[in-house]
Amino acid sequence: MTSPKDHQQAKPVCFQDVILRLQSYWAGQGCAVLQPYDMEVGAGTFHPATTLRSLGQRPWAAAYVQPSRRPTDGRYGENPNRLQHYYQYQVIIKPSPPNLQQLYLGSLAAIGLDPMIHDVRFVEDDWESPTLGAWGLGWEVWCDGMEVSQFTYFQQVGGHDCRPVSGELTYGLERLAMYVLGVEHVMDMPFNPPGSPIPLRYGDVFRQAEREYSRWNFEQADTDMLLQHFKDAEAECDRILSAADTDSAGRRIPMAHPAYDQAIKASHLFNLLDARGVISVTERQAYIGRVRALAKRCADLFVTTEAAVLQAEDAA
Amino acid sequence: MPDLLIELFSEEIPARMQAPAREDLKKRVTDGLVEAGLTYRSAGAFSTPRRLALAVEGLTAESPTTREERKGPRIDAPDAALEGFLRSTGLTREQLQARDEKKGQVWFAVVTKPGRPAAQIVAEVLERTIRDFPWPKSMRWGSGSLRWVRPLHSIICLLSDESGSTVVPLEIEGIRAGATTRGHRFMAPDQITVSGFDDYAAKLRRARVMLDPAEREAAIRQEAANLAFARGWEIVPDEGLLSEVAGLVEWPVPLMGTIEDRFLSLPPEVLQTSMKEHQKFFSARNPKTGRIEGFVTVANIETPDQGDTILKGNQRVLAARLSDAAFFWDNDLREAKAGMADWADGLRAVTFQSKLGSQADRIARIAALSREIAPLVGADPDQAEQAARVAKLDLRSAMVGEFPELQGTMGRYYALAAGLPEPVADAARDHYSPLGPSDAVPSAPVSVAVALADKLDTLAGFWAIDEKPTGSKDPFALRRAALGVIRLVLVNGVRANLGQTFAKARSDADAADLLAFFHDRLKVHLRDQGIRHDIIDAVQAMPGSDDLVLLVNRATALNDALKTEDGTNLLLGLKRAGNILAQAEDKDGLEYSFGADPKFAETDQERALFAALDQAEPAIREAVRLEDFQAATQGIASLRAPIDGFFEAVQINTDNQILRRNRLNLLSRIREAGRLIADFNRIEG
Repeated sequence: MTSPKDHQQAKPVCFQDVILRLQSYWAGQGCAVLQPYDMEVGAGTFHPATTLRSLGQRPWAAAYVQPSRRPTDGRYGENPNRLQHYYQYQVIIKPSPPNLQQLYLGSLAAIGLDPMIHDVRFVEDDWESPTLGAWGLGWEVWCDGMEVSQFTYFQQVGGHDCRPVSGELTYGLERLAMYVLGVEHVMDMPFNPPGSPIPLRYGDVFRQAEREYSRWNFEQADTDMLLQHFKDAEAECDRILSAADTDSAGRRIPMAHPAYDQAIKASHLFNLLDARGVISVTERQAYIGRVRALAKRCADLFVTTEAAVLQAEDAA
Repeated sequence: MPDLLIELFSEEIPARMQAPAREDLKKRVTDGLVEAGLTYRSAGAFSTPRRLALAVEGLTAESPTTREERKGPRIDAPDAALEGFLRSTGLTREQLQARDEKKGQVWFAVVTKPGRPAAQIVAEVLERTIRDFPWPKSMRWGSGSLRWVRPLHSIICLLSDESGSTVVPLEIEGIRAGATTRGHRFMAPDQITVSGFDDYAAKLRRARVMLDPAEREAAIRQEAANLAFARGWEIVPDEGLLSEVAGLVEWPVPLMGTIEDRFLSLPPEVLQTSMKEHQKFFSARNPKTGRIEGFVTVANIETPDQGDTILKGNQRVLAARLSDAAFFWDNDLREAKAGMADWADGLRAVTFQSKLGSQADRIARIAALSREIAPLVGADPDQAEQAARVAKLDLRSAMVGEFPELQGTMGRYYALAAGLPEPVADAARDHYSPLGPSDAVPSAPVSVAVALADKLDTLAGFWAIDEKPTGSKDPFALRRAALGVIRLVLVNGVRANLGQTFAKARSDADAADLLAFFHDRLKVHLRDQGIRHDIIDAVQAMPGSDDLVLLVNRATALNDALKTEDGTNLLLGLKRAGNILAQAEDKDGLEYSFGADPKFAETDQERALFAALDQAEPAIREAVRLEDFQAATQGIASLRAPIDGFFEAVQINTDNQILRRNRLNLLSRIREAGRLIADFNRIEG
């Protein structure tokens, strides 16, 4: 077992340093280091590497950075902690190993949080994603009173019981890095090492985009168009899921992944509509229910496809 | 007499679940042991975030041998009957005894159950306890199928006596019971082997784990008080927070921090909420200034730098949160001073419920209703309406957006900042009350008017769109709203005709159905105060039952009267009169209410009843008119002796039809006298 001590080294000096250390730490623990999913999502959980791969029986271990968009959190780049676009670091291991807490603590040590001088605590926090029809039990992890990660044992995804159970770790990268680096305002955080030929701060990279997206999210996004896109994504998802299993050449190729892309799209469009303030409290539930219905059907298809593959492998 | 030690070592157990889990563990294990024939002297349960432990002292070493005789079928019964009997007893035919009974020879089985060693019983009981443990939420992990609150890692199950200790053989889903555990996650992570409870508690303490939650609470309370005292401060007591924090640490290390000066002008509720809800900090008050100036956070570790890094970190997190709060406060105050028109506008865009319109629509309705209710509660109608118009504006403030639990509290500050009078500002804070059955009830007239209007508008609205609570489903907390109205009305003695008030709130709500809902809630409320449900039924049937104050006065007087022996006898007399009348009226097809004539009275007892009624009737009527239900019930009670005497001396159903009818008409007077107070037929007993 890896002890947190093994990973202690000099403190990180910039944002990307924190990311790189997490990447190399989890690569060292045997995770496949994946790249971000190339679609707009609200959280790392939406990446099919988590949502779909936590379904079914096949073992899985992956880690990745996921750019995440939460239109309602936009503050024109002015709030020290809030962003409409930020990064999550996501680790997903199935089945959850018995020493997952220990592995996690090792990752904190790797980014310079020595648990012998900090106060690291696991505080109850049940996770639920109504849009994904998913829930799990776990904690938010506190370091000196600050939430630095979410730690969840998935119990259900897309309405399916998780067997085996996946362990999911989610780090809010900006907040975590700001704490490690002792930075008060996210825009002041060094992105690359301050001694670089062209030193860049987080604000140099993102401030302008934050301002522009905040305006667009809150004031400009064309709600009629977004509503239409939502309907389109929903319809396309349904069409893909309802398509015949076999292609024109008679091969059996059900399309869970392309369908799931449309579910992700619908979910993000809903978030944009929400930021524009055109969805009432009661309508909210209905929209969430529509996305969940799509996610569930994608999950159903992924599970039956995997079962068929496993059966074929057994037969062969 | 061995002692038993059990420890269930897991990943962090939610703080709020620990106390019930201790009780469940103790109860389930000891009940199981006793059921299996063991006895014990004492048992105690303990918990930390990572473990549940149970110590049972003075357990019997084995269960007693039991012998049970069972009677089977007759010897000449069909084979199938005998086979069934053999199966159920687990014996063979040779082991049965044939005995002579009255009806012939019958098979008897003597089943002897030998005593079993404690270890065997403990293993069974613990396995069952673990598998059926009533966690509010439990989970699976890895590839296993066992459920526990969080992954379960190890089990201690140890029986020990003078000669030493033995591990109880037990394995659940790959976890084998042993004699080892671990200390503090960071300060003493190595394995510890223990030999019994005393050794376990002592070794844990050395390994920086305080096993007893009561001890952790006491340690936190003491140390926090000391830290505060050193600065001339005092801790704001919060027992709920104390027990939660004690469930978050194995080794409590309280640390004291200060709130930066720039945040001290924030309302104390904001400081306290922010620190408690988000950080689990205790607030420290400076008695000289009356302000919250510091905090105590409780760490779970002793560090080489005496908690310096931890405290700095906590202070930073708090500063970030409070800067947000200060930013909200400044902006909100600016808006409040400008009259809060933007907030009122903003609420137009917020849907309250799709069929009930926006929050602004709702506020307009509540304002109109507050004006109607104001005279009933002694409030100035203009002020009540004004209060209703501003009471919910803080919902648009940034502070309430961030801390929803501060709704109302902030409303009061902002109303004052807007230059509104105190009663209006107080109504903003108090109009949500009472929220629970033990929550304080507002008494200031303007607050009462708005609090009533707020709840009645919600109730009448949801009744109008037919979204009533069903079974356990009450998503809009309508039962709570109705109870709130009931308590506001009763505590403040508000004389109102609810039916009319509903109609003023909304003419399209089914007022009768809503009133029935109120009566149900009232029944629950009064039952908690010791008033019988049938008495409530009996007075609900009376006119004016939508005046809750009147209804409750009636019920209370009746409830008191029926507690006495006189009252019970009187009830019997009234019911007897009612029953005889009902039978006669049924038979004769008419209602006896023509008035009885004293000249047909034959006996002294009959005449006495006439006289008593002549005296009591006007007295009862007058008492009811004055709503003096105690006097009214006393008036009825004065009839007890004459009624008893009448029934003893007089036969009602005589052959003389004139006499019979006169007596029935006399009974009718008794019935009418009772009906002035309640429908006694609905009272049981």
